[in-house]
Order: sequence, then C-alpha cells, then structure tokens
Amino acid sequence: MALAIKATGLTKKFGEVVALNGIDIEVEEGTVLGLLGPNGSGKTTIVRILATLIQADTGSAIVGGFNVATEQDDVRNIIGLTGQYAAVDEYLTGRENLELFGRLFHLSKFEAAKRAAELLERFDLTDAADRGIKGYSGGMRRRLDLAASLIGRPNVLFLDEPTTGLDPRSRQGMWEVIAALVAEGTTVLLTTQYLEEADQLANRIVVLDHGNVIAQGTSNELKSQVGGDRIEIVLDAVSDLAKTAELIKEIGSAPASIEEVTKTVLLPVSGGSTAIVDVVRKLDENKIVIADIALRRPTLDDVFLSLTGHVTEETQTPDAPKGRRGRKARR
Amino acid sequence: MSLKTSVKVIQETAPRPRLGWLITDSIAVSRRHLLKITRVPESLFFALIQPVMFVLLFAFVFGGAIDVGPGGATGYREYLIPGILAQTVMFAVAGITVGITEDASKGIMDRFRSLPMRPGAVLTGHTLASLLQNILVITILSLTGLAVGWRINNGFADAALAYLMFAVFAYAITWVGAWIGLHMPNSEVAGTAGLAWIFPFTFASNIFTPVATMPTWLQPFVLWNPVSSLALAARQLFGNPTPLLGDSFPERYPVQLAFGYAFLLLAIFAPLAVRAFKTRNK
Repeated sequence: MALAIKATGLTKKFGEVVALNGIDIEVEEGTVLGLLGPNGSGKTTIVRILATLIQADTGSAIVGGFNVATEQDDVRNIIGLTGQYAAVDEYLTGRENLELFGRLFHLSKFEAAKRAAELLERFDLTDAADRGIKGYSGGMRRRLDLAASLIGRPNVLFLDEPTTGLDPRSRQGMWEVIAALVAEGTTVLLTTQYLEEADQLANRIVVLDHGNVIAQGTSNELKSQVGGDRIEIVLDAVSDLAKTAELIKEIGSAPASIEEVTKTVLLPVSGGSTAIVDVVRKLDENKIVIADIALRRPTLDDVFLSLTGHVTEETQTPDAPKGRRGRKARR
Repeated sequence: MSLKTSVKVIQETAPRPRLGWLITDSIAVSRRHLLKITRVPESLFFALIQPVMFVLLFAFVFGGAIDVGPGGATGYREYLIPGILAQTVMFAVAGITVGITEDASKGIMDRFRSLPMRPGAVLTGHTLASLLQNILVITILSLTGLAVGWRINNGFADAALAYLMFAVFAYAITWVGAWIGLHMPNSEVAGTAGLAWIFPFTFASNIFTPVATMPTWLQPFVLWNPVSSLALAARQLFGNPTPLLGDSFPERYPVQLAFGYAFLLLAIFAPLAVRAFKTRNK
C-alpha cells in the first residue's frame, strides 16, 4: 500500500531542549496513526513539522508525495490541520469563519459558501451557523475547527489532541466524526494523551517519550508486549487478600499480586473466561466474599507504564474513572 | 517518485500569478478584520473618542498656555489639528500589534500558515483593514477640528495631498506594529510594548508645542522625528501656522521627508514582518 506520510530521522531542538531525537514515521494511505505520549514527548512538534508550520533541524518528510520542506504550497493544498486550540475567529460567525478559510483555500465565493453550508450541515452546526463563535460550547468549537480543516477536502488530516478538554459526550461525537472521515479514505495522523482514544481510533500507534519512539504497532501488539489477560478480584475484607492469593495461585499463569489499598488481587491468566469461573468457584467454596471480579485485557496505560516506568501525565481523565485507569490517574 | 501517484486528488487551483493571489487573499483577510469591527463597535468608538478628547482638551484646556505666534486661541487650534491627526495615526499602530499577537497566541495564525494562501496576505489584509479604520477616524477627527475652528486655508490639491500623506504614512507605520506584534509573547505584553515606543515618537515632536519651546539637546531629535515631519507637512499643506525653529532640512522639506519616511518604513518593516511571520517558531 502507498504511504501518505513518510518521515525519516526527524530531529528538532528548541534552544537546548531536544524536542525530537530522530523520529521515523510511516502512515499508510487511508489509515489512522495515533501518536501517543505525555506532554512534552514531541507529538505536537511532529505535527507542526508535517503540516509545514516549522522545519525540522535534520531529517526529511514526505506528505502526500510532497516534501514538507521544499514543496510547502503543494503540501498545504492536500492537508488539513486541527490544533490544540480552536483556530477560528471568535468574533465571526461559524459560517463566516468557514467561508473565510474557503476563500483562503482559493475556492470561488460561490464554492466557499457552498462548502461552508455542507460542512455546517455535516457537523450539526446549521442552527448555530450565523451566531458568533463566542456563544459556542467547547464541543461546537471543536467541531467547527475540524470543519475548517476539512474545507479543502484534505487527503491527509492532522489532529493534534482533538478531544482534549471535551466532555465525554462531545468526545464520543468527535470520535464518530473522525471514524467517518477515515471510512471515506482520509489518512489521519492523530496525537493524543488519552490511551483510550488511540485504542478506539488508531490502526497503528506510535508511543513517544522525550522525543523518542519507544514502541510502535497495533493496539493489540502493544498490549501483548505487556503480557496477557488478568483477573482482577476486589474483596470486601483486607484480611482475605493473602488467603485469596494463595488459594487461586495454581489457576493463574504466574503468581497473584496484591494491592492492599484497593483490596485487589491481580492474577495473570492464560485461560481467560474458564479461569474466571475457576476463581469464583474456588473462592465461593472457601466463603470469601467477592465485591467485584473482572477479566481485564491490559490497557495502553499498562503499556505506557511498562515501557517508560511512568504513567501518562493525563491532565484529566477522559471519562468517569473505571478499573485501574481511574486509580492511576489519582495516584 | 511513486509516492506522488498516491495522491488522489490534487486541489484544482487555477494558475494565477502570485500577486493575484496576494490581492484576493488580502481582501479575504481584511474582510475578516472589518467584520470584527462591526461585531465590536466599542473598539471603533474608543478609537474615535480618544483623539476627539485630545482635541477638546488641548483646544480648551491646555491650548491657552501654548503660544504658536499670531492668531491666539484660534491659531493654536489650527496648529493643533494636524498634530492630533499625526498622533492618531501613531496610536492606531498599537491596535495592530495587539491584534497580531492575539492571533498568534490563539492558533488561528497556525491555521493561516497551514493554508495554501500567500503568507504575506495575513499581514497585508490586517494592515489594509487598519488603514480603512484610520481613514474613518481621520475623517471624523477632521470634522471635529472644523467644529472647533480649524480651517483648510490652502487649495483642494494641497489638502488632498495632505490626506494622501496621512494615509500612506498610516499604512507604512502599521507594518512596524505588525512586526512588533509577531515578536510579543502575549497580548498583555503587546499592549504595553506596542505603546511604549510610540510615546517618545509621538510626544517628543511638534504635535502639541513648537520645537523652539524644547531644550536644545532635544531639538535635533524632534526636528528629525518622522511624526514632526508629518505634522509640519500637514500644517504647510493645510495652510495652518508653522512656527519654525530655523531653516534646517527637515523644516524646509517636510512633505518630501514625510513621504520619504513612509516609504522607508514600508521598505524595511514590510519584508521584516513577512519574514517574521513565515519563520515564526521555527
């Protein structure tokens, strides 16, 4: 398959700070690559280089067949960019913003108006189209921002943390919109701090830390690096923890571990659902009360922790805390 | 390059000379800023009220203390209005500095820079919109001047040249503001820094008081100050009082000098600003 993005050996320094330390990236046409990493890992710098906003110190990058350093106008004709801030004019209406960007994309007045109307319709903004952006909600702004980046019908779309700061419902809405764009054949490069987001949207994931690629692959490949499934048993009584770990040890593929604070026993297993039945039966026979039990596949959070030794520095959790993710965020 | 073939559709843009795109892109951008003025009419209102207040203040409060030769109070009002026009042109520059810094900090600048538009158009559009606002303010200020006793004593041609001079100078000097705006970290700093350099140029000039009233060490700066040339040239062209210090070059050729300064500023700061825009954060 053809590559929509190919970057080789990108480096970038801002003063003494090394932002990128030799990055290689390939994105196949029509797929989504997720760049995953904490703040300061270099995600945004990569996007800015590929979108022709800044130049790499060394290395080269081809986007849609054009060199980002020497064929900037050609690159700009086929890309769309949605940054971390809603890059629209506060004082104009949604429609005026889209028409402005359409004109700057060198659409005729008529085409710009038509395209703006199409996008407003598609992003469910028709009712708010002629109101000033100031009155828009966060989710509406992001949708308008995404619409603005689609004015030129881009082949390659850069989304820099498209859902940061959105509430869960707006986030879900953005995911649906992005998924629909990909279904139409758009290549997407997405940066995110949200492991769940990369998991949901990306075909392949590149994990960054301090300007280096520390892992890459599909979500499943990354998860299997960390190990297989685990059974998570939450008990009522702390006093039962050690006994439980002892009782179920031969069911697991490795010894069980205990987290006292959360009254949890974690048991690595290979058998999956049969193992969970065995655990329940065993504990029931021994009159141990289970508050909660679940079979868990490792999350990208686990991947990140095992690769870097630290968890992602999420500024806020994307949804209500659940499972280990929630506890980690609070740590 | 097999990669090139992987591009599905390349945006169909009619081949148009770069200058053509620069013009259409600039118009689109300036339309944005003009729309903004209609959405926040307060900004225009205060851009107007401030110079009008200066006119009233100097015409009726301070003016009596300043002697510009024959004509008394009326003479001072005739002296004052060209000076206030020059001041207005200078103060308008701070607005573009803040506007550009705001754009840069909000991400819309990145969007512009990721579009296939002519990069210079972001700045030419903004400066053109600022010029239009300036023209409106100058018109209203002239009417205020007429109301308090200022008169155009020379012919139509001279007056037209004077207004052309204000427009050219106003356009040129906004590029200095644009260039400064591209180097400011945020709009708060831009608000102070954007005004800081304007004050000495505006007030160490002949706009309110004749050069002769100032200390001799300051006089060369005041004489060669572009703002002085602008005000003096306007007084000459409108036929208002022009109390001179002597017959130095800047006092003999103020009109030529004012146009000269304008073209010099434009020639230096327009390319500098466009370059700063293109290489921002690189």
